[in-house]
This record gives sequence, C-alpha cells and structure tokens, in this order.
Amino acid sequence: MDITVTLIVQMLVFMIFVWIVMKFIWPIILGAMNEREQKIAAGLAAAEQGQKDLSEAKSRAEDVIKEARTRALAIESQARSQANQILEDARKAASLEGEKALASAKSQIELESNRARDALRGQVVSLAVAGAKRVLEKEIDAKTHGELLDQIAAKL
Amino acid sequence: MAAAEHASDHAPSGSEYIVHHLGNLKYGEGFWTFNLDSIFFSVLLGLIFVVSFWLAARKATTGVPGKFQNFVETVVEFVDSQVRDTFHGTSRIIAPLALTIFCWILLMNFMDAVPVDLFPLIGQKVGLEHLKVVPTTDLQITLGMSITVFLIVMFYSFKIKGFRGFTWELLTHPFGKWMMPFNLLLNLIEHLARPVSLGLRLYGNLYAGEMIFLLLAVLGGSFAISSLAGIGGAFGQLFLGVIWAGFHILVIPLQAFIFMVLTIVYLSQAHETHH
Repeated sequence: MDITVTLIVQMLVFMIFVWIVMKFIWPIILGAMNEREQKIAAGLAAAEQGQKDLSEAKSRAEDVIKEARTRALAIESQARSQANQILEDARKAASLEGEKALASAKSQIELESNRARDALRGQVVSLAVAGAKRVLEKEIDAKTHGELLDQIAAKL
Repeated sequence: MAAAEHASDHAPSGSEYIVHHLGNLKYGEGFWTFNLDSIFFSVLLGLIFVVSFWLAARKATTGVPGKFQNFVETVVEFVDSQVRDTFHGTSRIIAPLALTIFCWILLMNFMDAVPVDLFPLIGQKVGLEHLKVVPTTDLQITLGMSITVFLIVMFYSFKIKGFRGFTWELLTHPFGKWMMPFNLLLNLIEHLARPVSLGLRLYGNLYAGEMIFLLLAVLGGSFAISSLAGIGGAFGQLFLGVIWAGFHILVIPLQAFIFMVLTIVYLSQAHETHH
C-alpha cells in the first residue's frame, strides 16, 4: 500500500472543509441556537413576571374592593344614623312646635277668657250700678260714689 | 445486487468480478496516482454537506426554525454534546472538526447502501472501466483523514503545551522521568498508532461491508437464472442481502461516530496537561 497523491488531495480537501465549517457554519448555527435559547429564557422569565404582576394586581384589586365595601358599609351606617338623627330632630322640632302652638293657644285662650271675664266684670259692674241706680235713684251720685264702685268691680 | 446483468459481458469469474469492483478508477502512476472515483465522490459528498449546512447557517434564524434548520441544529447539538462530554475547555476547532468528520464520513459510508452494481454499470456505459462509489473503502481516503487528524493533534499539542512541555510529556509520561527512553518509545508508538488504527478501522469496516455485498452479488449471479441453483442463488442474495444491509445500516453511522469520538478524545488530550 503506497501513499499516493489521492491521500494528499483528501487531506487538503478535508482541511478546507474543516476551515469552512469552522469559519462560516459552526459559529453561526451555534450562535443562532444560543441566541434563541436566551430569547426563550427571557420569554419564560417575562411570562413568569407577568403572572406575578397579574396575581399582584389581583390581590391589590381585591384589597381595593374590600376597602370600598367597608367604606360603603361605613357610609351606609353613617347615612342611616344621620337619617335617624334628622328624623329625631324633626320629631323633636315638631313636638316643640306643637307645644309652642299649644302654649300659645293656651295663652290665647287665657287672654280671651280674661278679656271675657273683664268684659263680664264690666258688665256686672254696670249692671250692678244700674241696679243700684234703680234702687237708690238719685241718692247715689255716680261721680261721688264712682271710686267705691270701681273698688267693688275690681274685687269681683 | 444486479450482478446478473454484469455477467452478460463476457461472464467474469467471481473473483474477477470482485477484484474489478474493488478497483479504483486511477489516473497516473506510482505516487502520482489519482483515485479519481474516490476523490470525486468524496469531494461531491463533502460539498453536499458543506453547502447544505452553509445554506442553513446563512438562513439561520433565532426565531422559530424551519424544518431543515431544525435538522441541522439537531446534528450540531448532537456533535456539540459529544464534544462537551469529552472535552472541558474552549477550542474553536474541535467541534467544527467533529461535525465535519461525522457528517462527511456518514455521507461517504452511506454510499455503501447504493446497490453495488448501479454506478459501475452506469460508469461502464459512459466508458469508465472502474467506478468505486464508497470513498471510505479506499485506504487513501481514510488514511488521509486520520493523518490530518493526527497532524491537527500534533499541532495543538505543541501549540498548547509548548515544545518543551509536550516533549517533556513524551519523555516522562506515564512512568516518570527515570523511565525516559521507555516512556518515549511507548508514547511514540501510541501517537503513531492512532492515525493508522483510526484510518484502518474505518476502511476495514466499510471495505468488508462492501466485500460482503459483492460476495452476495456473486452468489446471486453465478448461476444461470433459469436453473434451480440460479433461482436459489437469487433468493439467497435477496435474503442475505437484506440481513446484511440491515446490519450494515448500523455499521455506517457507528463508524462515522467512532471516528468523530476518537478525534475528540485525541484533541482533548492535546489540550490537557498531565500532572
């Protein structure tokens, strides 16, 4: 078995092919693969981050809803108490007004009755005076005995 | 498989047929002998590999890869993982070298699966006396590759360990400095045996495989087809040929793989310093 130029040719071709693969094929393909690997890793990380953000947002939303609910409840109870207060106030005011009206009516009545009594008293006096006039005729002078008559009228 | 057609010429004997099929299409004399068929198919298959992978690399995208890019990446990843399993350093040449060896030898070995008479018959029609289509059944080709690997290993041994370092390793490894001559002898034999064994292993396996196919073809074509023996022979070739092809389909990638792995091992040894 002699070594021939075929072997040399094969060696040269081999080296050329290895050089081409080393220069133009291997780094490019491996680079693309590595880059894709990184891309996928980044994508997965982003997805995880997104999921985390989503759950965070969810819990935050829940908190907000819970807070809103408690606030609504507080507002409602406040409103109810306020309404009760208003009602109570109105009731008080109404009763006060009623009392006031009652009192004024009472005083009016008293005034009226007093006035009527005064009027009645005057009429009684004048009646008495008229009666006495009839009895005494000229003996009693209205002028002289007026003072006395007034005293009597005041005692009535 | 189509030995019967060949018999129509002037009916060569079995041994003539085999010798003819194992001969190369030669040009030149002595050292200046070009095995044209081996060189042609070797370069053609190498070009198929390099060009297709180059096209894949040129269109390589970091997004979703296409079918062909996927295939190429699978091969690249396979080779890359083999390199990483054996070699734990950084080297720009080991992985591309391994990829080239694996793909190229695989393609050359697969020429063995082509029916043994197909190309020789076509060659004969266009006036080529011999046509051996499996380049790896040519010792010139396999030794050419293994010697190249040897030279690369030597280059990197000297480059990485330095002239003194590598010489010192040759002298003192594995039995220490008091056994210098013996160590040197041992290491020289070891290093020189590598390219020989690497090339011969590939050549031997493929040559033997091709030889069996040829013997089966002789079995199928050595009797007149009209006779009982002819029918038996044809069926024998069919039956045994299927079995041998099934077995050989394992040998084809296995030999490419072994060549690649041993290359990785030798080169990684060139990168490692012994302590």
